[in-house]
Amino acid sequence: MEEASIPYLGLLAGGIAFGGIATYALAGVYAERKVSAFIQDRLGPMETGPKGLFQTAADILKLLMKEHIVPSAADKILFAIAPLLVFLSVFAGFSAIPFAPGLVTAPLNAGLLFVLAIISIEVVGILMAGWGSNNKYALIGAVRSVSQIISYEIPAALALLSAIVMTGTLDLQIIGMQQDGEWGLLHWNAIRYPHLIPAFLIYFTAILAETNRAPFDLPEAESELIAGFHTEYSGFRFALFMLAEYANMLLLSILAVLVFFGAWHSPIPDIPGMPDLSGHSVLIWISGAGWLLGKSLFLVILMMWIRWTLPRVRPDQLMVICWKYLVPVGLGLIFISAIWQLVRIYT
Amino acid sequence: MTDKISKYSGRFEATFFPKHQEAIYAQLESKHSSVEVAENDPLGTEMVLNLGPQHPATHGVLRVVTKLDGENIEKVVLDLGYLHRGVEKLAEHKTYQEFMPYTDRMDYLSPYSNNVAFCLAVEKLAGIEVPERAQYIRTIACELARISAHLLWLGTMVMDAGAISMFMYAFRERENLYTIFDKLAGVRFTVSHSRIGGIAFDMTDEAAQMIRDFIKTFKVELKSWNKLLNKNAIWLNRNIGVGVVSKEDAIAYGFTGPSLRASGIPYDLRTAEPYMVYDRVEFDIPIRTEGDCLSRYFIRMDEMEQSIRIIEQLMEKVPQGIIRADNAKQSYPSKDEVYYSMEGLIHDFMMTDVGVCPPAGAEIYHAIEAPKGELGFHMISDGTGSPWRVKIKSPSFSNLQVLEKMMEGAMVADTVVLIGSIDPVMGEADK
Repeated sequence: MEEASIPYLGLLAGGIAFGGIATYALAGVYAERKVSAFIQDRLGPMETGPKGLFQTAADILKLLMKEHIVPSAADKILFAIAPLLVFLSVFAGFSAIPFAPGLVTAPLNAGLLFVLAIISIEVVGILMAGWGSNNKYALIGAVRSVSQIISYEIPAALALLSAIVMTGTLDLQIIGMQQDGEWGLLHWNAIRYPHLIPAFLIYFTAILAETNRAPFDLPEAESELIAGFHTEYSGFRFALFMLAEYANMLLLSILAVLVFFGAWHSPIPDIPGMPDLSGHSVLIWISGAGWLLGKSLFLVILMMWIRWTLPRVRPDQLMVICWKYLVPVGLGLIFISAIWQLVRIYT
Repeated sequence: MTDKISKYSGRFEATFFPKHQEAIYAQLESKHSSVEVAENDPLGTEMVLNLGPQHPATHGVLRVVTKLDGENIEKVVLDLGYLHRGVEKLAEHKTYQEFMPYTDRMDYLSPYSNNVAFCLAVEKLAGIEVPERAQYIRTIACELARISAHLLWLGTMVMDAGAISMFMYAFRERENLYTIFDKLAGVRFTVSHSRIGGIAFDMTDEAAQMIRDFIKTFKVELKSWNKLLNKNAIWLNRNIGVGVVSKEDAIAYGFTGPSLRASGIPYDLRTAEPYMVYDRVEFDIPIRTEGDCLSRYFIRMDEMEQSIRIIEQLMEKVPQGIIRADNAKQSYPSKDEVYYSMEGLIHDFMMTDVGVCPPAGAEIYHAIEAPKGELGFHMISDGTGSPWRVKIKSPSFSNLQVLEKMMEGAMVADTVVLIGSIDPVMGEADK
């Protein structure tokens, strides 16, 4: 009986995670529309439900019921697998994320490495989508996307590495616990080690590129490439790409919060008289997950804000930003981290 | 079976006229509407990409055939004519006044300028004096149309570069302009407000007040847009040094309008050959010398500022008086006359049926500075109510000539800002 229940538990956890991500994506698309409407002096969706709240749900329903159009000249297998691969890579990344102490599906001691590694698989899916569509615009979009994501993984990893040199561990749970303390905000990595603030800025720039968000949305630059690698996709497969994009935004933002901004800890210092939660693990879980998601969603909203403000960079300028500025500065930050640790050891 | 084929094969050859077919293909090829990938391309890096005629960045139905080497464009061939409606030929079968609404549909982003350009040419051809007030209102509306056309250019060009919000800001102001045109001309989009010998009806106080309000708020908006874009590093990097057109090339290819002035040639018909009442206002002609996309951007932004200056001055000066030539042989009589006098009604019929008849053999070329550049009408009269021949010199068509040269050597991502910076309207280029 014991052995048999494990796969069901896994299914259950997966179901909850999928439901959570799907709900977040629904809310995320709605938020994006409202944020863009706010920036552009519009109202945004207003008709479906109160304040247009059900608009994205209706849109998803429409996408679900739509026909899967597969171009006759497409590589049908690659075309079908691509959206699944893109979504699965992001979805699997969530398994190693601790939402609160102990609230994690896969407690890995190299969780950070796992997340970075598994997100990289997304590139393969995008290339499959672009190649399998047998469409020139999709191909250009996919090739752009691959060069962009592979390039920008380096500064993102370098920025995280400079933080990891300070924390001394790749275990996301331990990284989170290290930032606990009675002074709240002051224990966050980015505050304790001020050189991690530029590291975060590098990381944030890089994740904008990794999630194909403006100003780095070249792979889906609609003005020249129609819709980039997902030009030929329709129905639920297209919805999966959208879902993956929004899930990826959240995943990488959560990673930023875990590493730089105090994980699940509240920024408020301990005030005498505040209720003590220790011992009530469920309450700790709820407050922890709340803080973590709250901070991450703030970053997600920031990404939306940037998207609706800035123009798009050109592919060659994109590479210049990455290799001439972000990578050298990232290397320099690791060097600073290393010196910091050396000084700490020898004093 | 084989017998049958051999029996008919001779006949098929005869009916298909292979030589005739070859001639057609040769003719098609000489139109340069195709590019060829080199056969010796071992790495397979070359690709032919067909942008348009249905493509979001081409502002209508422009077809751009490109040969790509990765992201770089090696060869470009433009294919025009998808929106050809034979406007010039249509003119020969209409009276002058009947043809005027067709000009709305040419540069459909600034219909008022087209109306006025056509009416001015006809008035010059037939020697019609237009009352002051009409000329003032025409000038004001032309400048409003210029702002409206530049707003669409701004919105689409910045949106093509990726900043979508700017499009909404530009269109919000454009919507105000449409409301003004609604009050001024009775129509939001294709106004057809101008008449030969004047304008259709007078500017009301309400419309005048709306124009005054608009220029007040628009000044503030323009400033905030300049703040948003002029120091935006991404926007500047997208445009600096992209699509440089030298002074010599600009003249050789027949650049006109803001694009010409961005290449360092201070030629603007409003000051070079003042028409309407442009000689009674003070304004500057913005000039840049770089000739790249950024300078074309700055020129148009500055032009909008100057348009506001012109409108501000003219609004103070608009004289009272009639709005159409008071001569029933030259323009429509006023509606009061038509409804309450027999002669008026007869003249109204005659204007609609025969229209203005310029002297036989009269020939004229008259151009105005439309938002896109020099918009000229060349007309020859045979003494009847409809022109013997109309030739339209449309600015978008001449501006597009240089696009092939600009795009060769650029990147795929540059195409959108290049097309945007030239600001073609296919309705006008294809006519």
